[in-house]
Amino acid sequence: MKQLIFRTATGFLLPLLLLFSVFILLRGHYLPGGGFVGGLIAAIAFVLHAFAFTLKETRKLIKINYRLLIPIGLALAFFSAILPMFKGLPILTGLWVYEPLPVVDMVGSSLLFDTGVYLVVVGVTLTIIFTISESA
Amino acid sequence: MEIILSVIIGLLYSAGIYLMLRRSLIKLVIGLVLLGNGVNLLIFLMGGLVKGRPPIISATAENIGLIYADPVPQALILTAIVISFGLQSFAIVLIKRAYIVVGTDDLDKMHSTEEEDD
Amino acid sequence: MIENLIIIPVLFQLLLAITLLFFFRKIKTQKVISISGSIVAVVIAAFLFHQVYDEGILTMQAGNWQPPFGITFVADAFSTTMVLLASISSLAVTAFSSVTIKKARLRFGYFPSLHFLIMGLNGAFLTGDIFNLYVWFEVIIISSFVFITLGGKKVQLEGAVKYFTLNFLASILFLTAIAVLYGLTGSLNMADLAGKIKQINNQGLVQVTAILFLVGFGIKSAIFPLYFWLPDSYHTPQAAISAVFAGLLTKVGIYALLRTFSLIFVPDDFIKTLIVIIAGLTLISGALGAMVQTNMRKMFSYLIVCHIGYIIGGLGMFTTAALAGAIFYLIHDIIVKTNLFLVGGIVFKITGETHMKKMGGIYSAYPGLSLLMAIPLFSLVGVPPLSGFWPKIDLMQEAFFSGNYFLSGCIIFGSFITLLVIIRFWSEAFWKKNEQKELKPHVKYYGTMPASQKLFLVGPILLLSLVSLYIGLGAENIIRLSDQIAAELMDTSVYIEAVLGTSHTIDTP
Repeated sequence: MKQLIFRTATGFLLPLLLLFSVFILLRGHYLPGGGFVGGLIAAIAFVLHAFAFTLKETRKLIKINYRLLIPIGLALAFFSAILPMFKGLPILTGLWVYEPLPVVDMVGSSLLFDTGVYLVVVGVTLTIIFTISESA
Repeated sequence: MEIILSVIIGLLYSAGIYLMLRRSLIKLVIGLVLLGNGVNLLIFLMGGLVKGRPPIISATAENIGLIYADPVPQALILTAIVISFGLQSFAIVLIKRAYIVVGTDDLDKMHSTEEEDD
Repeated sequence: MIENLIIIPVLFQLLLAITLLFFFRKIKTQKVISISGSIVAVVIAAFLFHQVYDEGILTMQAGNWQPPFGITFVADAFSTTMVLLASISSLAVTAFSSVTIKKARLRFGYFPSLHFLIMGLNGAFLTGDIFNLYVWFEVIIISSFVFITLGGKKVQLEGAVKYFTLNFLASILFLTAIAVLYGLTGSLNMADLAGKIKQINNQGLVQVTAILFLVGFGIKSAIFPLYFWLPDSYHTPQAAISAVFAGLLTKVGIYALLRTFSLIFVPDDFIKTLIVIIAGLTLISGALGAMVQTNMRKMFSYLIVCHIGYIIGGLGMFTTAALAGAIFYLIHDIIVKTNLFLVGGIVFKITGETHMKKMGGIYSAYPGLSLLMAIPLFSLVGVPPLSGFWPKIDLMQEAFFSGNYFLSGCIIFGSFITLLVIIRFWSEAFWKKNEQKELKPHVKYYGTMPASQKLFLVGPILLLSLVSLYIGLGAENIIRLSDQIAAELMDTSVYIEAVLGTSHTIDTP
């Protein structure tokens, strides 16, 4: 799959898909979407890039060690889960910032949780797919 | 709709079990995938089917209004899908390694765990 | 807030696992964090146990959703006992695996997976929601896949294929049962289900669901005739890993069986008879399997199957005394089975063999260590006053007096064969004279290890042996505990009230 059209299109699609994945992540609380789907879309963007160019190029593009995203995401989710404990509430209780923020609307601990999920999904999916295609 | 879904679920289960009973590793994994899909559909069906009313209630609505779809089965299915996503990707890597190391995809030839000596 | 204490054993393991993931390539740091974390986990579990034992059932509604809508976590005497035992076993296993498993293998996320596994176990014990139980089961099996494939040898991969397939199938059956149950009742909260299931007119469908649960959990806990995967896969991984599998993984299936069949589906005569027959056949087939094996670890694997029969038998009789015996046996079995596989690991380190015929001379070389290893071996047989003796007496008595002569015969048969097998193992490995043979180059022998490493090998066995000595000699306390647990399992109103509040009193039909 080294066609010119595919390569050129991927160049445009990659940032668009990443942006779209963040959009999906942010609208997730009240509308369909969320961290898991967003993370999958982001991972697919990179997989598309790896198909169009090579795995090596994609690795260069990502720069950071994507495996590190897994513990970071887990830590975020963990933190958002225990946050209510400090207020004397059962874990995983949603805490909310009362004033709606621009663009993102209502922000709460569930967004933090979803961001964690997003990072974990990106990390895990990239690890799985890159490992499989490397050994192929 | 319920009847069609029941038939589909039955087909998925039977096809899954049938493929699991085959000797090939690849067919085993496909069977597991089909079974996983069958059970997800079953949860969906068991939650009751409501057409065209997602469990999203607008912030301005005074009351819940008409009957809407039960969100619990959807949450369960989402969880189950995520889990089977993990399991199936593991399964694919596993059968690939097993095929490389054991050198066969015939389950009947995989009997070194039953042999007396290691 | 005291409620959040329930979830601390789960959260703490998660925290440990996340921390370990940050040090993915630094094995030494991982060992330190893992062992010290496991010690803290035991303290936490002991505190939770103490709290529940003194003050009764604790509940927590995750996310502050009111029951039965949210996920409830419940800590009663049964679940906290299991959490405590799991923490003790996992402490022993982390210490043992830090010296027995090769560095090249530890690099594949061994310790993080171990803590994810323990997190899953704790979650499964503490949850009060049937779907959440499924999720914890999946957490457990996904982590266990890391262990079963670790090493990547031919026999391990073949074992992994069998293990994976059967566990996946069990999960599917479990999920199917949950789907049907949800369709019947519209609830997933176990305490709520207990009330709703009685009001269903179509009791035939309830029975079918119960059987689905029995088969699903039965595969996981390796009861007859669903145990075939266990002896084929449990002997392939490293000793420390087999110890976790033997001590905890099959037991979580048993826990789920005991929980669902006491709380949700109160067994009627048909199911009772069915379970009793299954228990007897499990005892017989496990015992016969163990008898013909000459491979040490395969023999131990069959003993796992055999001894599950005792616990299932206690469930099948379904009287307070029988359940108390089963619970006592479960408590004893978790500690002893973990220890048994660790002993198997040391025996391998000393002799470099897994085949019994090729072993020998351990007693003359290490008399003190051999005596230590005798404790778990003979606790398993049930030599009085060691820990296996008391629950067997309870179960046998109950089987005899309730007229289950088939089961009591099977219990005697199972105990007798266990005795035979262990004595054969003892005389082959410990007392038989050792013929001189050349050392294998790839095995790191116990004799050549430095003292600090020996400490990490013997320490866990010492810890677990002390615990099982306490279970045996302080049986009075354990009997009181298991009686209380059995009473709670028989009379579920306390549990239901603790979860749903007093307003949800259940009118019996």
